[in-house]
Amino acid sequence: MNIVVAMKQIPDVRQIRIRNRQPVLEGVPLTFGSIDKNALELGVSLKEAQGSGKVIVVSAGSEELQDTIKEALAAGADEAYLVIDDKLEQADGAVIAHVLAETIKKIDDVDLILCGEGSGDNYSGQAASRIAELLDLPQVGYASAVEIQNGTSRVTRSLEDGEEVLEVPLPLVVTVVADINQPRIPSVTQILKAGRKPQEIWELADLGIEPGAAVETVSNLAPELQRQRVVVKSNEEFTQVLQAEGFTGR
Amino acid sequence: MIKVGKIVIYSEKTELARELVTAALEIQGAERSVTAVCINDEEQTRDLAARGIAVVNLSAPGVHPSDTASTARALQQVVDELEAELVLLASNRRGKELAGRLAQRLNAGCLTDVTGMAIQEGRLACTRNTLGGATVATQFIKTARQVIAVAPRTYEPAAEKPGGSVDDMTVSISAASGIKLVETRARDKDSVDITTADLLVVVGQGLENQEDLVRAAALARFLGGEVACTKPVATDRKWLSEERVIGLSGKTCKPQLAILLGISGQVQFTVGIRDARTIIAINNDENAPIFQMADYVMVADLADVLPPL
Ligand SMILES: Cc1cc2nc3c(=O)[nH]c(=O)nc-3n(C[C@H](O)[C@H](O)[C@H](O)COP(=O)(O)OP(=O)(O)OC[C@H]3O[C@@H](n4cnc5c(N)ncnc54)[C@H](O)[C@@H]3O)c2cc1C
Repeated sequence: MNIVVAMKQIPDVRQIRIRNRQPVLEGVPLTFGSIDKNALELGVSLKEAQGSGKVIVVSAGSEELQDTIKEALAAGADEAYLVIDDKLEQADGAVIAHVLAETIKKIDDVDLILCGEGSGDNYSGQAASRIAELLDLPQVGYASAVEIQNGTSRVTRSLEDGEEVLEVPLPLVVTVVADINQPRIPSVTQILKAGRKPQEIWELADLGIEPGAAVETVSNLAPELQRQRVVVKSNEEFTQVLQAEGFTGR
Repeated sequence: MIKVGKIVIYSEKTELARELVTAALEIQGAERSVTAVCINDEEQTRDLAARGIAVVNLSAPGVHPSDTASTARALQQVVDELEAELVLLASNRRGKELAGRLAQRLNAGCLTDVTGMAIQEGRLACTRNTLGGATVATQFIKTARQVIAVAPRTYEPAAEKPGGSVDDMTVSISAASGIKLVETRARDKDSVDITTADLLVVVGQGLENQEDLVRAAALARFLGGEVACTKPVATDRKWLSEERVIGLSGKTCKPQLAILLGISGQVQFTVGIRDARTIIAINNDENAPIFQMADYVMVADLADVLPPL
């Protein structure tokens, strides 16, 4: 049984500065989306529980991915299947899903495809659903628990107003929520070994996919914040502020 | 010069479908070009037809919201039949999950978590948060068919209005995906609606213990407001229900006054509160990013501030 985890390389959003309302991406380190790391942790722990099979990370992005992927290989992935192409920079979720689906087809005996419920930058949540459709597989989104037993899965989907427990035959596509687990911190040896784990690399042309985008972005600006930042020094001043704002209490 | 063609709307949640009716009519104006689809749901059919629009009462044996693939197949048949160009879904969890799958079936571009739509130069411009909430992007879908998932509470629910109609339709979905629903559990009902409160006391991980939470709740009650929280307070500590989470994966609130206690100010949180009229932040770290977006800044330890309040 092999488990595929699809991960997206993104700029570390905590380190993005805003200048003239524009996001400054230069010099911002690349990483994987934080919920993608929860998906990887789930994959690795399911594999450990099974005692067999491999965890294979698939990802598509820029050249730096060869370096970023080491994070995932250190955190327990066995192999990486990467699509690296400058042309992917303009690609949107639809193209990425197509690329990942084609890559997953190259992997044998896939029983489970895991993604985060949303990427760390766009949080659009389309890729997993598109991959499931392209591969004609059942899917369960927003999983807060996943068990594998005797060729079937038992997945708990967490919704706004409740949960549902589903039994789904393998293979299937699952997206996980952030609180499903706590990703492990790799040890120094694991980090050192990560560079030696296998990476298979393709370009878009190898997959026969034309880059393109179904979505055009006309502007992307930070909202204007005009806040006064008046310093409040004591509880008395705090109470005065509440009164000035018209909240006097009951 | 509006180029948006027929619109199909769908949400399994009737209150969200009502909001989509408003959204569709705002884009399209012409009521006859808006069709709501209700899947195996007579009650929703009646509810939406009473809002003055055409409703397809779809009987789709074997289709259940928990099986996203089956729902996407059923909807695709209706969209094809009506030759609709735009599908509006709700961006709740089910709606978001469905959006990508349906878009792939329709060969459509797709945007989710859309917080605003407007016709610009004959095209439909959508706004949504990106970069974790740091920026707001304006985007167009370029494909002939479009799937857009609209963030809940972006539009008011449509009011009742005469003129609606109901068409019965049946689809049969072949190949079942094998998903079996074993159990459903309702969440403990927290009926609070933090999005309508004038005042919010919002607590973060800087609260050291549940006594402080009780104090924060008392403050909120005293001032006539509600308690809300950051995501980890609900999902990791489980101190409050997820109904009360503000932010990218929670709710967007625009209270008159927000009092933020022990919150660092990551964009995924601030995106949900940045439209508050006035923001007071209390944090013991003078460099906390939350102070960047506060009208009133109080550098203090909550252990000193909360008890006397
Ligand atoms: C895709 C994605 C979606 C997300 N969606 C959301 C979302 O919708 N909502 C959300 O909230 N988060 C969301 N997050 C998480 C978000 O990034 C932050 O982790 C979270 O908002 C931090 O919560 P916090 O401020 O309560 O905790 P922390 O970041 O731990 O901050 C605690 C703060 O309390 C202060 N403090 C500590 N002790 C005291 C004291 N005694 N007195 C006063 N101050 C004190 C500290 O200085 C610190 O600034 C999301 C993350 C991702 C990746």
